Amino acid sequence: MEAQTNNNGPGMDTTGLKPVIEIEHLKKAFGSNVVLRDFNLTIYAGQNMVVMGKSGIGKTILIKCIIGLIKPDGGTLRVLGQDISKLNHRELDELRMRIGFVFQSSALYDSMTIRENLAFPLRRSHGKITGTIEERVREVLGNVGLENTIDLMPSELSGGMRKRIGIARSLMLMPEIVLYDEPTTGLDPITSDEITHLIMDLQQKYKTTSVIITHDVELARIAANQIVFLKDGIAYQQGTYDEMVKTSDPDLKRFFKKTKDTQNG
Amino acid sequence: MDMFFQDAAELAQFTVAVIKEGVRPPYEFREVLNQCYETGIKSFILVGITAFILGLVLIMQSRPTLVEFGAGSFLPAMSSVSIVREIGPLVTALICAGKIGSGISAELGSMKVTEQIDAMEVSGTNPFKFLIATRIMATTLMIPVLTLYAILIALTGAFTAASITDQVNIGFFFNRVFDTLKFSDVIPSFTKTFFFGFAIGLVGCTKGYNSKKGTEGVGKAANASVVIAMLSVIVIDMVVTRITAMLGYL
Ligand SMILES: Nc1ncnc2c1ncn2[C@@H]1O[C@H](COP(=O)(O)OP(=O)(O)O)[C@@H](O)[C@H]1O
Ligand SMILES: [Mg+2]
Repeated sequence: MEAQTNNNGPGMDTTGLKPVIEIEHLKKAFGSNVVLRDFNLTIYAGQNMVVMGKSGIGKTILIKCIIGLIKPDGGTLRVLGQDISKLNHRELDELRMRIGFVFQSSALYDSMTIRENLAFPLRRSHGKITGTIEERVREVLGNVGLENTIDLMPSELSGGMRKRIGIARSLMLMPEIVLYDEPTTGLDPITSDEITHLIMDLQQKYKTTSVIITHDVELARIAANQIVFLKDGIAYQQGTYDEMVKTSDPDLKRFFKKTKDTQNG
Repeated sequence: MDMFFQDAAELAQFTVAVIKEGVRPPYEFREVLNQCYETGIKSFILVGITAFILGLVLIMQSRPTLVEFGAGSFLPAMSSVSIVREIGPLVTALICAGKIGSGISAELGSMKVTEQIDAMEVSGTNPFKFLIATRIMATTLMIPVLTLYAILIALTGAFTAASITDQVNIGFFFNRVFDTLKFSDVIPSFTKTFFFGFAIGLVGCTKGYNSKKGTEGVGKAANASVVIAMLSVIVIDMVVTRITAMLGYL
């Protein structure tokens, strides 16, 4: 047990692992608002990287750069060995099929049923999946425990269910990387806990590398191999959960205070 | 004035992007049909009611004057020219600028702010192709169809009004209507409806797609879309009339 590299355990050993996301000197500004100044981070295969930081600090911008939704102003970004900025339309679409993205707002298509929502990523890339679209939709719905919602509209689901469907949709194409934008924000503690465990289970099942943006210290504690704290446009501090909790930095302390209290009391 | 140039630049940029993406395969035929239904078919009732009342009122108001000048028998001819040339196309386009333009803009705006457009893009579907080119195609095709329909209904309204006060034979009325129409009336007025449709789709999509974050942004986008689409329709109408006159068709 102790010698094994546990994908879920904190502080996994990265020696000999393949880097899947390599970010160097990443810059992004909106006018005079400099969001990312000089951001550097390497994420390895199978790792769960948790990104933390204040609201509006640039966490969403960071993962939208990773999937090519936002063009950075400078720096290099290699994802699965490919330099994002050098890809043409088709190559970028092919790379995106290997990445799942779970949006903060779930971003389910309002005008489509759950079945159509889940089938949507397959409309251009059915070849990647064995079996019919219907089979795959049902399989992934089973993975998130919502088989009975297949014919419902997104507006008929609760916030927690929408999150699950958002996660299900990101898994349709068997991605190698999944990017989660605040998967538990706005949910009650019990539902948050369920989503946290769902993320962990699916990570095991699909063997993905995950980047998880969150303010949820409990999610970070359970999921993170590494935590990176984003501040002033840089990777301000990086370490395991235990290292981050012990830090003397006042900003970080405030972030992790909540769990320390619950653990001590 | 600043705003005007901003809007114009925004529209021009958008047109280029849409044409670039729209002409490249694969084409989204199913989605075009779907949008034709959403935008076109769902406007039939509103356009129909308005057109009927307009035809009716047009005759009720102009009949006394025409009769006074002893020109009562010109009623069918007059209604035919004004409805086919101007009232039908213009009123249909203005109604659609309101109903369809704001609808498209609100829908795309809320898709934008709830990240649904981003979600499409990361799924390998180009939103310009799937959401925007299809909607503009649909309005460009459906506004002419709606206009034809509005013209027929408005003429029916005109006939109804005429038959309330005078003994008019329906065959006679419509014979006179179609006799009066020349090819040179029909072609320019039908051609301009395609431009109306294109403008309504383009403005609705541009405003919706570029709407600012938040529900307020979506509302503002829908509002701006109606105003700009209506203005565009009127400007196009004026330009087409001018060109038609220059070509000697009037
Ligand atoms: N499209 C945009 N245009 C201008 N500024 C933006 C845009 N998107 C995000 N920003 C700004 O970038 C900053 C970081 O945003 P974001 O990454 O969403 O923050 P968060 O860390 O909460 O996810 C914010 O200050 C936001 O105002
Ligand atoms: Mg965010």
